[in-house]
This record gives sequence, structure tokens and C-alpha cells, in this order.
Amino acid sequence: MAEPSSYSKKIIINPVTRIEGHASITIDLGRDGKVADAHFHVNEFRGFEKFCEGRPFTEMPSIAPRICGICPVSHAVASVKACEDIMRLIPPPAATLLRRVMHLGQMVSSHALSFFHLSSPDFLLGFDSDPAKRNIIGLAEKFPDLAKRGIRLRKFGRECSERIAGKNIHSVGITPGGMNLGLSEENRKALLAWIPESIETVRIGLDIFKRYRQKHMVEVDSFANFETLYLGTVGPQGELELYDGKLRFINEKGEILNDQIDPRQYLEFIAERSLAFSYLKSPYYKPLGFPKGMYRVGPLARLNVASSISTPLAQKEFTEYRQIGGKKPLHGTFYYHYARLIEALYAVEEMKNTLENPRVTSSEILACAKRNQAEGIGCSEAPRGTLFHHYVTDENGILTKVNLLIATGQNNAGMNRSILEVAKKQVDGPNVKEGALNRVEAAIRCYDPCLSCSTHAIGAMPLVIEIRDADQRTVRVIQRAK
Amino acid sequence: MNASFTITIDNQSVEATPGESLLEVCRKANIPLPVMCDFKGLSPVGACRLCLVEIEGVPKLLPACTTLVAPNQAVHTQSDKLRKYRRMIIELIFSERNHICAICVANNNCELQKMAYELGMDHVRFPYLTPVCEVDASHEKYVMDHNRCILCTRCVRVCSEIEGAMTRDVMGRGFDARIITEFKQPWGDSTGCTSCGKCVQVCPTGALTPNDAAQGRLKKNPELVALLIEKREAKP
Ligand code: SF4
Ligand code: SF4
Ligand code: FES
Repeated sequence: MAEPSSYSKKIIINPVTRIEGHASITIDLGRDGKVADAHFHVNEFRGFEKFCEGRPFTEMPSIAPRICGICPVSHAVASVKACEDIMRLIPPPAATLLRRVMHLGQMVSSHALSFFHLSSPDFLLGFDSDPAKRNIIGLAEKFPDLAKRGIRLRKFGRECSERIAGKNIHSVGITPGGMNLGLSEENRKALLAWIPESIETVRIGLDIFKRYRQKHMVEVDSFANFETLYLGTVGPQGELELYDGKLRFINEKGEILNDQIDPRQYLEFIAERSLAFSYLKSPYYKPLGFPKGMYRVGPLARLNVASSISTPLAQKEFTEYRQIGGKKPLHGTFYYHYARLIEALYAVEEMKNTLENPRVTSSEILACAKRNQAEGIGCSEAPRGTLFHHYVTDENGILTKVNLLIATGQNNAGMNRSILEVAKKQVDGPNVKEGALNRVEAAIRCYDPCLSCSTHAIGAMPLVIEIRDADQRTVRVIQRAK
Repeated sequence: MNASFTITIDNQSVEATPGESLLEVCRKANIPLPVMCDFKGLSPVGACRLCLVEIEGVPKLLPACTTLVAPNQAVHTQSDKLRKYRRMIIELIFSERNHICAICVANNNCELQKMAYELGMDHVRFPYLTPVCEVDASHEKYVMDHNRCILCTRCVRVCSEIEGAMTRDVMGRGFDARIITEFKQPWGDSTGCTSCGKCVQVCPTGALTPNDAAQGRLKKNPELVALLIEKREAKP
């Protein structure tokens, strides 16, 4: 039924429930029938901070990793750093090395999952190929060797935790003060043996991306291309640093806004807004306010903020990556994939360096201290972006406040923008182009958000589009069957 | 001296002395029984009911730790009925407080968790009561997390019977029952607690722990307390 006077509609790519793992997206149409706004609904992390209150702070490194089964090490690292801030303690060097190995390993396995399992089927089989086949199984049918390599790369990443902490997910290795378990010489050698194959696999991935880009230059460059600020952590020389870096913000032109900021000062630079449509808080760069201070995190952001990469092969790729944008950061959302692969290459190379450090097998891995101050802040780069844990305790060390600033939250505004950009091209009034779902899905996938729906390795991401008019009445529903 | 006599346990003849509990006789004869509140050397209380046995001619199940031996008793420690009840009891213990092993400091280091595995508990059929429980971290060395307490009272008994400090007790009934320190003040404010840590060592769960024990690092040494009790009671 046409309603020309109030042609303002809402398109919802709907929930609907977290249990079913649906991605939930609303697209608002303006009075002119054109796409006006888009929101990605995230229903995760509900109450997590709340139910940690009342627990001893030392329990956080075992509670926090339960937030996510893909990046538990990042949560454990950020958490343990916040604890060590409360204890005013510096862990022994060997403990830091071991944590680095686990952290890099998780980066490799998460990036491998994102690229080889979830995204490479899009590149190799085509974005509009049968969703039932557009997955790792379909990939294995057509490119068995590649699929196997992807799976093995992921396995290598996971083995890094296994061989140190005896368990790849939710291990008890990382503990306030250091590590509970060390690395044996045998396990060190076993991990080192993986390096050459892993480097090769990442390079094959890079090749796939670059070839795709050659063929689809316009699409890749223009796909959800919009300017934002970026946040990432860097080492003392501005080099890419994932474990222990300081914060750097850059603007859309690539100019450094702030550099070498201690993550403990994050609240001076990041403010959060609560959103009605999402359980995620939406942070922004405080000095510029919202929406001007909208920033993105994750692989794209990290490579945009970094001045260099400390390992040779990754540095070479980084130089090539940088040439695309000239002096400017790459804003195209599709380049997340590219950045992710370069980062994976760095992670494997850096892993080698870390494992070759003679101290890595030392048994001096644990230091002790008690609560020495009320507050603690810890930060590390998770595969999806900068992660902050912030705890406040009472005089007995019981948590009175917990604030977790997660990557998917920080990218929330970016994801909404990406979906908006895609929707502008795919949606015209109540008419939705064939393949709109696939494009929206591809946009979400660039950010690799840690939602159950985005990690459906088998089958397409379950999405439902609901079109609503100005009075929020449903006009049309488009759904991809599960 | 009272003369010993013979009873049968699981159709096997076992020698018993008047005044002994069925649990003690089982132990001597190497007949395993699940126990949770019992701790060798502390007075028995029959709090957990896991050591239930069947006695021929007695219509109800009785806890072996508080039931004394009597001549001609015929006792059974293994039967479908007993297994059913033990399973139910362990599930009820879990449903009463907030046991989340995965994040508990005692994970993989817990008598209760171990018992649950042994009794084949793969899930809990009863609704969780999820009570709001306090964590008392006021003591300079130890933490009491009421979420993990099973009210076995080992801590109460070791404190009064072995350490002689008598700082611990039970307050309230049923669902509201809580272990308290002295007149229900924060542990750290107690004037009687000697900080000996015996309660922490004998506590079978993550309810009492040293406050620097993060997950994977908890070490309890109940055997040391058991040895101490044994040596103390040994006649020179
Ligand atoms: S006290 Fe034992 S059974 Fe209870 S949560 Fe902790 S480990 Fe599990
Ligand atoms: S604190 Fe430990 S020893 Fe004391 S009653 Fe509770 S579970 Fe038993
Ligand atoms: S051991 Fe007998 S009732 Fe607990």
C-alpha cells in the first residue's frame, strides 16, 4: 500500500534472538524514501560487568576470558594487566614472553578463522555464490589444499596456548603476577617448527586478497569507504605493537592526534554513549565529541596508525599497503581483510623472535604482591581491536566497579556506517537489490565482530530484513533461511 | 575392655569394636564410602548425608559417620537405591549455592567437584536457588566465599576442637544458614582468630582460600591437619 505522504520507512535486518545467532540490523529510510541511517544491534555482554562486582579482583583473569571463546587470551591479558596495576607489580620477563606467545598465537588463529574460514570463500567462490557452499566446506571441495592450510594455521595459533597452558581455550596459564605454567624446551621447538609453513600460508592468503583486489579494484576501494579517526597501540618508535603498546589516535588525514598515551589515561580520550538500540556502549574520541570523534579499531586501524612494522616480511607488505592510500589512511572497510593478513604475517614472524629469546623457557615466571591501590586499568590489542579492562576495588580487593571497553563496541559506529554505505547502494525505498543481504553480511564480516552470528563457519550469516514505515509498521520482510 | 564383635558389610564379615562408627569400621576394612563433612579426627556431625548406608531391618537410610556399630548388623554400602540418593544429594548441594567451577579459584582442586565426578553427576536436575551470598575478604590472609560453602562445618569443628579458638559458628537455618565469625562480624575484625589457617586447609571447597590463590594456584593441605591431629592424640 503506497503512503506517499509519509514515505519514511525503517528497514530492519532483524534479530532476532541471540540464541539463534541472528545479526540484527535496522535501516532507517528518510521521508524521501532514501536510506538515512543504519544500526547494527548487538545483544551481547549484557550484564557481564555487573555480575563481576562483588568478586575478588584476582578472579577476573579467569572470569573475563569467558566473554569470548575466540579471543580469551586478549581478555586474560587485559585483565591480568589491570590486576597487576592494582597490585603495582611488574611480572617477570619470562612470563611476559610466554603471554606474548599466547597472545600472538591467538591473533594468528583468530585472523586465520576470519580470513580462511569465513571470508576466503567470498573471495574464491564469489560473494553471490550459493550460501550453502560459501563456507569452509565448500572451499574444501574446490580448493582442498588451501582449506587444509587455513585449518592448520588456526591449529598452530591454538597450539601456542596448548603447549604453554595445556589447554587452548580458557586455560589457567595466565595469572596475576605472571604465569602458572612455563614452556618446556620440547614445546618451544615444536612451536618453532610451525613457523615456515605458517608464513607460507599467510602469504598465500595475501596473494588471494591482492589478486581479488586487482580484479575488483573499484568495488574493493569503494566498498563502505568513509573517513573516521583510528585508534591502535604502537611501540616506542610508532611501530605496530599488539601486547604492550601505547595508544595512538590519528585523524582521517593520517595526522597524529595523540601519541604514546598510557592506556591508563584512556578515559581522558574516550567517552562512551549508551545507545537505545544496542547493549553495546558506543565510544568516541572525547576531544572531538560525537559524531566527529567516531573512530575505528582493529587491524585496519592498527595498520593505519602504525609507522612501521618491526619484522621484515610484514614490513614489506606494509609498505605496499601504505602505497595504496599515499599519505592518507585506508578508509575502505574491505581493507580490514588486507590489514588482518599483514598482521597475521607479523604475528608469525614476531612469534619466532619471541620463541628464540632464551628467556622464554625460564622457570622464573611468577611474582607476588597484594592489592596496593584501589584501581587498575589493563589494555591489549584483541584481534578485533583495542581492549580495555578497568577495575575498582574496595579495601579488601572486592570489585566494586568493572568497565570493559571491547573492540566490537568501539567499532559499533563504524559498523553502522559501513552498513549505511552499503544500504545506500542496495536499498531504494522498499526495493532491495538482489544480493543486498550478501553485501551487508560482507560489510559486517570485515570487522569480524565477535558475535555468535558472525562466527557461523558453516552456512551464511542468518539475517532478516524487515522494512518498516515512519510509524514503525512492517512493510516488508526479507529473510535468508537458515 | 569391651569385646569386639563381627558385623557384615556388603556380605563380608568385618570386626568391630563397641563405640566405633560404621564409617570407621568401613575405613579399617578398606570399604570406600563417599564422605564430605567427615574429617578424620574431628567429631562427626552427619551434615552432608553422602555416607548413607542401608542396614537390614532398619527402614531408613543412615549416615555411616554418625551411626554406631552394633552386634549382628548387616550393612550394605552399594545399591541402586544408595547410588540414586547420593546422586540426588550431591546435586542438591550444588543447587543450594553458586558453584561455577569454571571460574572458581578451587577449580580442579576441590573435594566437592571431585566427588561430583565420582558420583557421575553430569548435570543438576533441581532448580538452582542462586542465593545472594557475601564474599568476606576482610581477613589479611584468607577469603571466605559463602557462594561455595556447603555447610559441612569442618571449619567450625577444626577451629574449636583442634585450634581451640572457637571463632566460627553456624547462624540461621536451612536456606539462610551461614558460617559466621564470632558474633557475625567481618573475619578481619575477629579478635579470637589466630590466623592459623586450619579452617582453610580442611575446607573441602573454594569457600575458604588464601587470598593470594588465583585459579590454578590453590594448594590445600588437609593431610597436614590430619597428621597434626593424629600426632596430638598419640600417646607417648
Ligand atoms: S567450590 Fe568446588 S564445586 Fe564449588 S564451584 Fe568451586 S570448584 Fe566447583
Ligand atoms: S567454609 Fe568450607 S569448611 Fe566451612 S562449612 Fe563451608 S564448606 Fe565447610
Ligand atoms: S560424611 Fe557422613 S554425613 Fe557427611
